[in-house]
Amino acid sequence: MNTLIALLAAAGSFGTVLMFGTLGEILTEKSGSLNLGVEGIMYMGGAFGLAGAYAYEAAVGVGASNGIVAILFAILASFAVGAIAGLLFSFITVTLRANQNVTGLALTIFGTGVAKFAGEYMRHLVGGFVTLSNPLKEAFSFVPFPQFMRNIPFVGPILFSQPFFFYLAIILAVAMHLFFQKTKTGLYLRAVGESPVTADAAGINMTKYRYVATIIGGGISAVGGMVYVMTTGGCTWNESSLGGIGWLAVALVIFCMWRPLNAIWGAILFGALKIMYLRVLLPFFPTELYKMLPYVVTLIVLVVTSMRNSRDKQPPAALGLNYFREDR
Amino acid sequence: MQDNSAIELRGITKRFGKVVANDGISLNIRKGEILSLLGENGSGKTTLMNMLSGIYQPDEGEIYADGKRVTIRSPKDAYSLGIGMIHQHYHLVDVFTAAQNIILGLEDEKMDISKTNEEVKKICDKYGFDINPEMKVYDMSVSQKQTVEIVKVLYRGADILILDEPTAVLTPQETDKLFAVLRNMKADGKAIVIITHKLAEVMAISDNVAVLRKGKYIGTVKTSETNPQKLTDMMVGHAVTLNIDRPKYDNPQPRIEIKGLTCVDAEGITRLDDVSFTANGGEILGVAAIAGSGQKELLECMTGLYPIKSGSIEYITPDSGERKELVGLAPMKIRQLGVGMAFVPEDRLGMGLVGSMGMTNNMMLRSWKNGKSIFFNKKDPEALANRIWNDLEVVTPSTDFPVRRMSGGNIQKVLVGREIASEPNVLLTAYAVRGLDINTSYAIYNLLTEQKMKGVAVIYVGEELDVLLELCDRILVLCGGKVSGIVDARNTTKEEVGFMMTSLGGKEEK
Repeated sequence: MNTLIALLAAAGSFGTVLMFGTLGEILTEKSGSLNLGVEGIMYMGGAFGLAGAYAYEAAVGVGASNGIVAILFAILASFAVGAIAGLLFSFITVTLRANQNVTGLALTIFGTGVAKFAGEYMRHLVGGFVTLSNPLKEAFSFVPFPQFMRNIPFVGPILFSQPFFFYLAIILAVAMHLFFQKTKTGLYLRAVGESPVTADAAGINMTKYRYVATIIGGGISAVGGMVYVMTTGGCTWNESSLGGIGWLAVALVIFCMWRPLNAIWGAILFGALKIMYLRVLLPFFPTELYKMLPYVVTLIVLVVTSMRNSRDKQPPAALGLNYFREDR
Repeated sequence: MQDNSAIELRGITKRFGKVVANDGISLNIRKGEILSLLGENGSGKTTLMNMLSGIYQPDEGEIYADGKRVTIRSPKDAYSLGIGMIHQHYHLVDVFTAAQNIILGLEDEKMDISKTNEEVKKICDKYGFDINPEMKVYDMSVSQKQTVEIVKVLYRGADILILDEPTAVLTPQETDKLFAVLRNMKADGKAIVIITHKLAEVMAISDNVAVLRKGKYIGTVKTSETNPQKLTDMMVGHAVTLNIDRPKYDNPQPRIEIKGLTCVDAEGITRLDDVSFTANGGEILGVAAIAGSGQKELLECMTGLYPIKSGSIEYITPDSGERKELVGLAPMKIRQLGVGMAFVPEDRLGMGLVGSMGMTNNMMLRSWKNGKSIFFNKKDPEALANRIWNDLEVVTPSTDFPVRRMSGGNIQKVLVGREIASEPNVLLTAYAVRGLDINTSYAIYNLLTEQKMKGVAVIYVGEELDVLLELCDRILVLCGGKVSGIVDARNTTKEEVGFMMTSLGGKEEK
C-alpha cells in the first residue's frame, strides 16, 4: 500500500511534465499539424527555462531574488523558445507546404542540438554546474496546500502534495477542454483540423488557425521541458536527462485520443509506468522492459480503438495533411 | 437587361496553364429565377461558378453584383455578397453536428447552440426542409448532408444559391423533395443556379438555360421555348470530321458477354443497373456516358476490382469458343485469361504506374510473378521498354528515366503500350487520350485499331463524342448506370448519341 501511494505521488510529478508536453501537442494536432518536434521543443524548453531563471538570479543577485519572479522568467523563456519552434514548423509546413513528418523529425534533431549546445555553453560561462540557489529551488517545488491537507492519509500525498505546476497543468487541461467544446474559436480550430476544405469554404482563415495553434502548442510543450528540469531535474542542467520525454508525450496524445481531460489521468498513468522500475522491483524483470510499458499501453489503445471503430474517437481527419486552396 | 439582375458576369476568362477553361463568358443571374447551367463534362460550368464562390480568380472579365463591380477573393467575400455555393463534394465536418457545421466560420455568432437550433428550425419550416440540428454528419444520408449544406448557405443569408450537380447522388424521391424546396426559395425571391447535364431536370425545374460548350458560352434560352433535342444540339455542337482510319474486321466474334450486371457502391447507390451487352473480338466498342454514369464501375467489374451484386460476365475463349464466368474471379486470374486494362485515371500516375520508377521497372510491375528465382529478371522488361520506346516514339532520355518527369502523353503511351504488350484478348481503355495533343492521340487511336485488326475486343471509354463516332464500330451509351442504347457508330449522329447520354431510351441496335 505504501509503495502504491509513493508510486502515485511520484507519478504525479513526472506526469506534470508529460501533461504540459501532451496538452501542447493536442492543441497543435487539433489544428491538423502533426508536429513531431515535441522532443526537441521540450529539450529546448528545459535548457532555456533554466537559463531564464538563472539569468534572472544572476542579474539581481542571489539574496535579492524572488521565487515568483524566477518562476515567471522560467515560464516565459521556455514558452518563448517553444513558440519560436512552433512558428518555424508552421512556416515550413503551412506556408512552404513541406512534409510535416520530415519537418517535425528535423525539428527534434535541431531542438535537441540547440538545447545541448545552450546547456554546455551555460556551463562554460559559469565554469561549473549551472544551478539555482536553494531558496529558488524550493520555490519551484512549492506545494500550494497547507500541511494538514497533505497529511490526510492516502489522498494527501497523492493529491495535495504535488508541486504547484501539477495543478497548473490540470487547470490548463480543463481550460483546453472547455475551449474545444464550448467556444466558437475552439469549434473552428477543430474544423480546420478535421477538414481544411470545409473550413476554408466557410471563410475560416485556416492558415491563421494552424499558425496560432502550433505556436501556442509549441510553447506549452516547452514549458513541460522546463518543469522537468526545475522539479525532477533539481534545477540543474544534465544534457541527457530529458531524452525520450517528448516521444512519450506524442504517444500520450494518441493514448488519450486527442482529449485534454484524458491527458490528466493518462499523464499520471504514463508517469507511473515510466518510474515503476524505481519503485516496484520484480526479480528477473529488467528495467528496460519497464520503460517500454507506456508504449505498449499506447499500442494496445490504438488497436482497441481501431477495432471499436467509433466515429468520435479518431484522430483529426486532416492530421498531417497540408492544404492548398487551388490544389484539388 | 432587366433590373432584377443579381449577378452579372462580363467576359470572364480563366486559364489553367495552356488550357482555357472559360473563354470570355457573359452571363446574367436574376432574382426569383432558376437558371440551369448546362454543358458536357469539361465545358467549364463548375470552373465558372467557382469564380463566383471565390475559389478561383478570373484572369479576365468583370463580375457585377447588384450593378456594382465586385472582386471575389475568397469564399468569405462570396458570402458577404450573398453568394452561396453547394459543391458536388460536400464541405462538412463529419464529427460535428448539423448545427455546428452550420455556424462554422461565422464571426458575429455567439456559441449558443440552442439559439442556432431554433434559427435552423425556422429556415427549415420556411422552405420545407427536414433536418435534426443535433444529428452528427457521419450518421446522415447523402440527401441529409445536402440539406445541411443548403441550410448552411441560407443561414448566412445567401440570396444567390449555386448548386453543383445537386441531383447526382439523390434518389428520384429525394430529387423531387429538393426541387420543391428550390421552388419555395425561388418564390421567396432568391436567385438559383443549377449546374447539371440532365436534360429532364433542366426541363422540369429551370426558367432559363445557359449552355456552355468547351469553355465557350453558346447562349441562353427560355426553358418554355425550347426542348431537349434543341438543347442537346447546343450542348454537343456540330460534328467535326477527324479522319480517323477505321478499317473493318472481317469476322467479329463475341468475346465478352455481359448479362444483367448490377452493382451497388458502399453508400448504397446503384452504380450499374441491369447492364447487358456483347463485346466482339475485332471491334472497338465505344462507351459514351457523362462522367459518373457507371463507366468506371463497368470496367472495374470486368477486371474483378469492383463488387458485383448480380449478373454475369462471360468470357468466350477465342478458337475453342469455351465460355468462362468472370464474376467472382480474382483480378490476377482475369488478367491471365487475357483481359487487359489501360485505365487512365485523373491523376495518370495514381493507378498503373509508379512515378519515381523508369520505364523498365514499370514494365516489371506486370511481370513480377514470372520466374522462380528470388532475383528479378531485368532482361525481358528492358527489351519491352526499349520496344515501346522505339515503336511508340516515347520521348524520354532513357528507359530508366522516372516516368513522373515525362510529359502526360508519353506517360500514357507507356501505360497503353504495356497493356498491349501483354497481348490481351480483351483490351479495356478509359480516357486513353485525356489531355493529349492531337498527334499523340492519333498514335493511340492507331494502336487501338491495330489491336482490333488482330482480333482483340477493344472497349474504349471516351469523353469526346467526335472521336467515339469515328474510332469505334459500335457505341454503348450509358445513362445513370443503365444502358441507354447501343448504336452502330457508322450510322449514327452526334445529336443522337448526345441525346441518349442525357436521357434514357434510344433505339436498340439489332
